[in-house]
Amino acid sequence: MDLISKEKLSRLTTVEKVRMILDGVEKGKIIVLESGLSPSEESRLIEATMAKISPGEFAGIEIESYPGDMRQSWVDKLLKKPTIRPRLTVIGPADQLKTLKRDSDVISALVSAR
Amino acid sequence: MGIIKKIKRNFALTFKRIFKRGKIRRIGIYGPPNAGKTTLANRIVRDFTGDAIGSVSDIPHETRRAHRREGVTITSNGSAITLDIVDTPGLATKIDFQDFMAKGLSEDESRRRAKEATEGVIEAVRWLDDLEGIILVMDATEDPFTQVNVTVIGNMEARKLPLLIAANKIDLEESAPSHIKSAFPQHPMVPISALTGDNIDLLYEQIAEHFG
Repeated sequence: MDLISKEKLSRLTTVEKVRMILDGVEKGKIIVLESGLSPSEESRLIEATMAKISPGEFAGIEIESYPGDMRQSWVDKLLKKPTIRPRLTVIGPADQLKTLKRDSDVISALVSAR
Repeated sequence: MGIIKKIKRNFALTFKRIFKRGKIRRIGIYGPPNAGKTTLANRIVRDFTGDAIGSVSDIPHETRRAHRREGVTITSNGSAITLDIVDTPGLATKIDFQDFMAKGLSEDESRRRAKEATEGVIEAVRWLDDLEGIILVMDATEDPFTQVNVTVIGNMEARKLPLLIAANKIDLEESAPSHIKSAFPQHPMVPISALTGDNIDLLYEQIAEHFG
């Protein structure tokens, strides 16, 4: 399992984050991102995952994250800054990580060995 | 970008939006596989043009390419709105060909379907950048907190585009549209059955209100 800090994530570009996640997941790792991905980064990750799926070899990923935090200061409102703050996210191989239950603040998941 | 520049740009965008009213909007129908996206797209297009948009099946990923129907005029309560409707393949983060074999398809057919399904998901993700609003179809018999729902809603919120949730399959006894409402209370939600047409007029009202 790799736990990636918010500081490290903030230094990476979208392409680097997606590559780091998929490289880890393909090796069978569970990746925990302290600050998660933005919605557009999640889209890019889904896109890149689909390109890597190969029947019988790689079936895709399981992502566990909470809905984004929507709090916005008055300065953010004035500047129309993005309001979504990504939260903790867990990503793993689809055949090893299974969501049991999820709500807005709690995720229960089952992790199994290959 | 400086603060003054940002404020100027936001005024310009608002001005542009006001004068873009009346333009035909491109609306995508999104959701996970088997939520009833194509059944809903067919109902909308059939109700207002007499035609259909795609085939439906119990096997997931029946729609593996996006289909656009241009200029569908939806009328409700005396108001009318013309939309381009885009029915998209079901979004997913995993596609296992063995799931299709479990539904009775041959191995060759399952592998081919899995390959086409991955291409369909990529197409659906890319369409997100070219839309001006979304109807997110959720299966009201399932847990609404799926990654697909969270990702689609997050993308629309980040881009400040209108989103309408259709809580589908209310004709089934185990459906619980109230779970969807409590999961995403910040967005309008209409409980419907795309299959039987229950509440479909209410959905058309909401479409006219939110995408007009």
